[in-house]
Amino acid sequence: MSLKLYIPRDAAAKALGAEAVVQAVKAEAAKRGIDVTIVRNGSRGMVFLEPLVEVEREAGRFAFGPVSASDVASLFEAGWGTGHPLSHGLTEDILFLKSQTRLTFQRCGVIDPLSLGDYEAHGGLIGLRRALSMSGAEIVAEVTDSGLRGRGGAGFPTGIKWKTVADAKAEQKYIVVNADEGDSATFADRMIMEGDPFTLIEGMIIAGIAVGATKGYVYIRSEYPDAIEVMERAVNNGRALGLLGPSVLGSGMVFDIEIRVGAGAYVCGEETSLLNSLEGKRGVVRAKPPLPALQGFMGRPTVVNNVISLATVPVILEKGAAFYKNFGLGRSRGTIPLQIAGNVKFGGLYETAFGLTLGEIVDKIGGGTASGRPVKAVQVGGPLGAYFPRALFVTPFGYEEFAGKDGLVGHAGLTVFDDSTDMLKMARFALEFCAIESCGKCTPCRIGAVRGVETVDRIAAGDPTAMPILTDLCNTMKFGSLCALGGFTPYPVMSAVTHFPDDFSRAKEAAE
Amino acid sequence: MPAHPTEERVREIIADHMGLEGPLLPIFHAIQAEWGHVPQTAIPVIAEALNIGRAEVHGTMSFYHDFRTEPAGRHVVKLCRAEACQAVGADHLAEHARSRLGVDWHETTKDGNITLEPVFCLGLCACGPAALVDGKVVGRVDEATLDRIIAEVGA
Repeated sequence: MSLKLYIPRDAAAKALGAEAVVQAVKAEAAKRGIDVTIVRNGSRGMVFLEPLVEVEREAGRFAFGPVSASDVASLFEAGWGTGHPLSHGLTEDILFLKSQTRLTFQRCGVIDPLSLGDYEAHGGLIGLRRALSMSGAEIVAEVTDSGLRGRGGAGFPTGIKWKTVADAKAEQKYIVVNADEGDSATFADRMIMEGDPFTLIEGMIIAGIAVGATKGYVYIRSEYPDAIEVMERAVNNGRALGLLGPSVLGSGMVFDIEIRVGAGAYVCGEETSLLNSLEGKRGVVRAKPPLPALQGFMGRPTVVNNVISLATVPVILEKGAAFYKNFGLGRSRGTIPLQIAGNVKFGGLYETAFGLTLGEIVDKIGGGTASGRPVKAVQVGGPLGAYFPRALFVTPFGYEEFAGKDGLVGHAGLTVFDDSTDMLKMARFALEFCAIESCGKCTPCRIGAVRGVETVDRIAAGDPTAMPILTDLCNTMKFGSLCALGGFTPYPVMSAVTHFPDDFSRAKEAAE
Repeated sequence: MPAHPTEERVREIIADHMGLEGPLLPIFHAIQAEWGHVPQTAIPVIAEALNIGRAEVHGTMSFYHDFRTEPAGRHVVKLCRAEACQAVGADHLAEHARSRLGVDWHETTKDGNITLEPVFCLGLCACGPAALVDGKVVGRVDEATLDRIIAEVGA
C-alpha cells in the first residue's frame, strides 16, 4: 500500500509541531509496512488548523488538522478516512479557503515549493513566457493598467515606479525585493517565500525584463530562518534549471538573484535604509530625493518592491491587466492577502478582493477572539497602524477608505485585541518600539519617541498637562520625520487616545 | 566552533565575500556564524580589507541588533514582544521567563547556558506567543512550554 501526504514546511506549521508529525508518520508507516511519500508543501494559510496534513486521493486532497504527533497512529488506524475526528473533508471545500480569491497565493500550500516542475504544472512561468515576448514598455504598461499598488504599505503604483527605472539610463540597474517583513501581524511575505518561492523569482525576472535590470537582490530579515533556506534553495534550483543566469529560459536575457540577510533592524524595512544596509552600511534612512528609482542600490536605478507586489506580477502577466483590475474597490485594485492575527479564533492568511468591511474580516472570517471575550480593538497595518474600535468596523478594506479614518492598510496585517487590553499601554509600546528601532537620523523620531514614552507615563500618573503635549509631539513626529517609522508611530498612539479615551483618563482618576 | 578567532581565518572569510556588492553584512554574518560573535580583533582586519575606517566598521556593526561583541550563552531563547503576541499574553510569558531564568533581556544565565533576547516579530502572529529557540520556531508558547524548553536545554 502506498500513501502520499502533504505536511507543510511553513514556519507556522513547524512552530506548531509539523516536524514531530513528519517523524511520527515515518515511524508509523514503517511499522505498518506502508510506503509513504511526504511532500513538504507551504501552508494553505489556515494557521488555526496547522499542522494541516493532507492525503492525496483520486477525488482530491483531504485535510486533517490540527494534527499532533500523538494523533498519527489513530489517523493510520482510520485509514486517513473522513471518519476521523480531525478530518475536514476535501481541503478545497473548507469554507475559510473556498471563500477566498486566491491569485497571488494560488499555488501556496498546493505545490512542492522547491520543485520548478510542480510550479510549472500549476500555471507557473506562463506570465514570464508572455513577458519574454513583450517589450519592456509593454510590460510596464500592463502592470500599470492592472492598478497594482505597492503591497509593502505605501501603496505606490508599481507600474509608475517601474517606468521611472525603465526610463533611467544606466549601465546597471537592480531589482531589490524588500523581504524585511518586520510588522507584527504580517506573514504574507514569509508564507509566499516558504510556500511558493518561484512566484517571487518569476516576478523579479519579469520586473528585470521590464526595466532592463539583470541583477536582483532579496533582502530577507534574519528572523525568518526558514524563508531564507527555502529562497536560497529555490534560487539554486532555478539557476541549475536555466530559469536564472546568463539566458533566462533560453531567451538570451540575463538575470540572476542573490539572497541577503538582514540583521535585526526594523527600520531596514524602509526602502532607503534597506538599500544602505544592502550596501553594507548602517541602516540609516536616506532623504528623498533622489528617488531610489533613479539613485538606489550603489547609486544606480533600482526597483525596490515588496515581496507580495512582485509575487503578484506573474498572475497579472498570465491573465492580463483587465482580469486583475476587475477585483477590488475604488483605487484599490485586485486582491490583498489579509493576515488575521493576535487574539483571534481563526487566524491565518485570507486572500480576497479589496472591499470587505473590517467587521466582516474580524467577526465573520476571523470568528472573533480566541479568548471568547469581546473584541476591543484591531490594529491594522502593523506597529505603525491605527487601532480601530468596533464603531469603525464598517470601514471597507481599501487604501483611501482606511486613510479616511486616520488609519492605514499597510501590509494588510490585522491584530485583534480583546477587552482586557489596556490601550494606554499599547500607545506607550508604540512609542517605546519607535525609540528602540529609530535609526537616529531625524530628530522628531529619535527624540520624539523617547519624550513620547515619558509623556505617556505622565498621563498614566495623572498629569493633566501631559495630553496636549503628547498631541503636539505626535503632530511634530507625523509631519517632521524623514520616514514612516517616526511619521506613522503617531497613528497607533493617537488612535488609541481618540477611540479609547477611558483608558487614558482612568489612570488620571486613580491619581486623583 | 573554533575557540579562538585567528586573523588568518578572518582574512579567509573576508576573501570569500570580496566579490559581493556591499560585502560588509555578509562578512559579519559569516564571522558570527563561526565564532558566535564578531570579535574586536576582527574589526581592524575588516577595515583594512574593505578600505574603510575602523569607526565605520564598528558603527555599522553596532547599528544592528543581531551582531554580538561577546559570545552568547550555549542556547539562545528569543521571545517575541510584538503586538500580535502581546494580544495573546506575551508580556506575561516574558515576565515568567525572566523570573524563571533570573535574567533580564539580553542577559545570560549565570551558568552560561541560556541567553534571553527579545525579538520583534517572527511572522508567527496567528499562533503566538512565539519564540525562536536556537533558530527553531515555536508557537503558542505558554509557561509550561517555556519550562519544558528550558528543561530540554538543560538549565
